Amino acid sequence: MSEAALRLLDVSFSYTKRPVLDQVSFTLDPGEFCVLLGVNGAGKTTLFSLITRLFVSPRGSISIYGYDLKHQSRKALAQLGVVFQQPTLDLDLSLIQNLHYHCALQGINPSKIADRLQLAMEEVGLADRAADRVRTLSGGQRRRVELVRALLHQPQLLLADEPTVGLDIHSRQAILQQVRNRCSADGIGVLWATHLVDEVEPEDQLVILHGGKILARGSAKQIMQQTGTDSVKQAFNHLTRSESS
Amino acid sequence: MKAVQYYRCMWGIFVREALRFLHQRERFFGALVRPLVWLFIFAAGFRSVLGVSIIPPYETYILYEEYIVPGLAAMILLFSGMQSSLSMVYDREMGSMRMLMVSPFPRWYLLLCKLTAGTLVAIAQVYLFLGIAWFWDVQPPLMGYLLAFPALLLSGLMLGALGLLLSSAIKQLENFAGVMNFVIFPMFFASSALYPLWRIKDSSLLLYEICRFNPFTHAVELIRFSLYGQIGWVAFFAVVGSLLFFLAGALYGYDPARGLMSRKQGAG
Repeated sequence: MSEAALRLLDVSFSYTKRPVLDQVSFTLDPGEFCVLLGVNGAGKTTLFSLITRLFVSPRGSISIYGYDLKHQSRKALAQLGVVFQQPTLDLDLSLIQNLHYHCALQGINPSKIADRLQLAMEEVGLADRAADRVRTLSGGQRRRVELVRALLHQPQLLLADEPTVGLDIHSRQAILQQVRNRCSADGIGVLWATHLVDEVEPEDQLVILHGGKILARGSAKQIMQQTGTDSVKQAFNHLTRSESS
Repeated sequence: MKAVQYYRCMWGIFVREALRFLHQRERFFGALVRPLVWLFIFAAGFRSVLGVSIIPPYETYILYEEYIVPGLAAMILLFSGMQSSLSMVYDREMGSMRMLMVSPFPRWYLLLCKLTAGTLVAIAQVYLFLGIAWFWDVQPPLMGYLLAFPALLLSGLMLGALGLLLSSAIKQLENFAGVMNFVIFPMFFASSALYPLWRIKDSSLLLYEICRFNPFTHAVELIRFSLYGQIGWVAFFAVVGSLLFFLAGALYGYDPARGLMSRKQGAG
């Protein structure tokens, strides 16, 4: 597809008078793994709320695979898979019931994608626990279930809002690897929001968001070169300090 | 989206609500214990104090227990409507609400499905309560149980829509106490659930007028008349009007362009 997976143009938003997002513009191509890096309060979750149409920005435009979110919202949302920052699994329902509920919300008949459901559970190593309540799963397992659930309807763009927060290093690595694999295997675009710089690889596309503004956009390697630094952490500190001072 | 996909979505939401309810046994018993306490203890205690004369739809003198059963059925719907909608205020629940909102189906359809699913679960509780009340000698005609269904559905949807409207405007869970104090209790006590309106009129004309304009009063009367095979037309139109009003408010509240959702969030 020639259309950008995600295109934001001059998106601004404020809850009160103080702007939370200020003229945010960037594009993400299909098959691209793009990290949205920013400290807590940078505006990442607000940006996700706008892209998922939880609320609408009065200024700027957002389109997903060419579908404008304001005017063709349902077609745009049909392209999306989302892992929210807050857990969204129903703890009192079983793993398979949670996945069936997701299918219903996408208008999919679960019996027609039984193979895909089985594969999804195998992917997270929980095929034998399909009937177990989600409450009995560990935090890492739950997050991985949320991830495979978000990909169940084969979306073209995955949004992940700090999905590894609060997890141990092994769970974090497993989840990150899982998404990278799906990104390269299926050619879907991924927007991965995080405040953890160690989740960024030099080849990743990177958007640095700070105080509601985009400070840098490019590959992590390019940004390091531009800032004359040796690591993403240094580049991030360099950019955010210069912006603050 | 095809019609069959709309059906799948609705069925999925219904099944989820039903499963959640069955899995949360404390919620199940809690919902049932409340009206039973009123019926077994409060009504027994007040039977001698509060005599009820012959008023429609009753054709003879009735015991106080019989009088308050429709009000208690409406109370189940009131608490259920408020709780299921206000549970969205939880962060965790807010998460599952977000999941609903990113579905490619129209938002009004999703909210209507959720509202109807919650109401149907509450109606199941009402019938269980009516079944227990039957053994307590509160025995409306059998046909009344069938005729009460549409009345319960309309009343449940109306109260659920009110809860949905409140949930779009309330910022924190702590405000649930405020809803209890300022919405649930006044609605319940300033109604015909516990005492006939003519008795209230004897005490205070102002209170009587407040009760008359309380949508909950009309929900109670709609259920009461239907249980005895009659239609209270004033109550019917009042409930339908309130339902449309609250529903329009809830859809406005959850509209991403104009609604109240954005005021609830913080930067992240």
